[in-house]
Amino acid sequence: MIVCVAHNIISPLGSTTAENYAAVKSGKSALRKYNGLWSLPEPFVASLLDRNAFTDDRYTIDEQIVITSISKALENTDIDVKSSKVLFIISTTKGNVFLLDKRENGFPQERVRLGMMAREVTKHFGNPNEPIVVSNACISGVCAQIEAMRYLENGEYDYVVVCGVDVQSAFIVSGFQSFKALSPEECKPFDANRCGLNLGDAAATIIYTKKDEVSENEWVACRGSIRNDANHISGPSRVGEGSFRALRVALGDLKPEKLALINAHGTATLYNDEMESIAIERAGLAGVPVNSLKGYYGHTMGAAGVLETIISMQAVDDHNILGTRGFDTLGVTHPLDISNQNRATEKRAFIKLLSGFGGCNAALLMEKGGLK
Amino acid sequence: MMKHSVIITPEHVLVDGNPLEHNESGSTMLTDLYRKYIGDYPKFFKMDTLSKLGFIASELLLNIEGNRDFEPREDRAVILFNRNASLQADTHYQSTIQNPDNFFPSPAAFVYTLPNIVTGEIAIRNKYFGETSFIVIENYDEKIIEKNLRLAFQDPITTSIIGGWVDCEDEEHFEAKIFLMEK
Repeated sequence: MIVCVAHNIISPLGSTTAENYAAVKSGKSALRKYNGLWSLPEPFVASLLDRNAFTDDRYTIDEQIVITSISKALENTDIDVKSSKVLFIISTTKGNVFLLDKRENGFPQERVRLGMMAREVTKHFGNPNEPIVVSNACISGVCAQIEAMRYLENGEYDYVVVCGVDVQSAFIVSGFQSFKALSPEECKPFDANRCGLNLGDAAATIIYTKKDEVSENEWVACRGSIRNDANHISGPSRVGEGSFRALRVALGDLKPEKLALINAHGTATLYNDEMESIAIERAGLAGVPVNSLKGYYGHTMGAAGVLETIISMQAVDDHNILGTRGFDTLGVTHPLDISNQNRATEKRAFIKLLSGFGGCNAALLMEKGGLK
Repeated sequence: MMKHSVIITPEHVLVDGNPLEHNESGSTMLTDLYRKYIGDYPKFFKMDTLSKLGFIASELLLNIEGNRDFEPREDRAVILFNRNASLQADTHYQSTIQNPDNFFPSPAAFVYTLPNIVTGEIAIRNKYFGETSFIVIENYDEKIIEKNLRLAFQDPITTSIIGGWVDCEDEEHFEAKIFLMEK
């Protein structure tokens, strides 16, 4: 079984998993309105790290938060990351894309390549393996965990370090603005008045290993699946095809009543949330509580799949289904069990669901103690 | 098991190792190949160079496989690798936002600033509901690619994969080396 041995989240809500979970549990959000930032003509709402806090001029902000996040995840382990038995997998959509801006300088242009960014990280840790970068739009963070599961099943590596990261920039914000996908206020996932997403900065790390036996408190990555809508490159399927199929494989023969929750993508765009409600119903999971964490963090892109898996593990450990911040009145056509309040649960499994541009969708089943 | 391969560079096109006739080279070559060997998919003209390259390579590959009925299927994955991610589209998009006095970001340019769009284009064309994924590594490495694709058969439904390298640095510099892999 593929077991989570350590994790960390670096976000505007904290620099440890515990700080992040405590903040989310108490309803905190780092979403703020920015006006005139990065010379962008339109204001936007986002969850951003304080750029002045990053003083190491050897590394970009992306690289610094990846290195910090992995270092903190490693703190309470005895993993020798210099070993060839440890593989690094980075999940990101845009990495150091800000280096394309001719007004930025101080770093070699080659660092805009995701492989070079990842090599800076493995070089820092003295790891000898070529790092793998999963760049599969907004589902990257779950894809990277599925990659880790596959490599570990194969037995070639003892540990896989998965780190998801994205740091916002004029490039990304203006692009989403051109799509009219950004909400002018704090996002409202699955709500009747939702009007778009917010973006966010984060890095999040999970370290996995393979074990034959697991204790009842260990988290097991049971099954993951990636499926395409085969419909449109920038809009989700109207019948939730890819998400439905990904959910079906991830769920497998597990009974839906075993699930504490589905942690949805829930970006708060009209089409995404509607699509997810269709897919969840088609997969026979309409009775399972659903939540979205975008109201706390915004959409952290390459980090989202990792960050939201970690927060959901923490919540289930705490017998808690986190409320969906920003949600008030159900605004999708298929009924979902969503609340803006934290709710109690005694269940031990959840599904992380994501979808992204390129028609891609991913689902990951996590269970505490493993599938019995 | 590996079945069929297609290699495209700005100079030559090889299908199962045999040179394929074409008139142009460099940036106009992909359009030439489209007109000569495909020709019924006008969405091609909207694509960025990376997607055009991956699309043409996959079309040539699937034409050798034959039996193209375009029936929806979930058992075929599309998993591609490269070095430059979506650099050409990124550079183009950056040029639309670089100057505050000439600021014209467009969704059509922005959507291609993700390397996995090419896997989506191939899935849409062929109605593949299977796995699509994009992985970036700094250098072409056959061992890493083949290992990764073999591991993808751990998926309970995947029985074949369109996989390999599809890289585009700019309109004149590109390379595709893709193949069909069966379980």
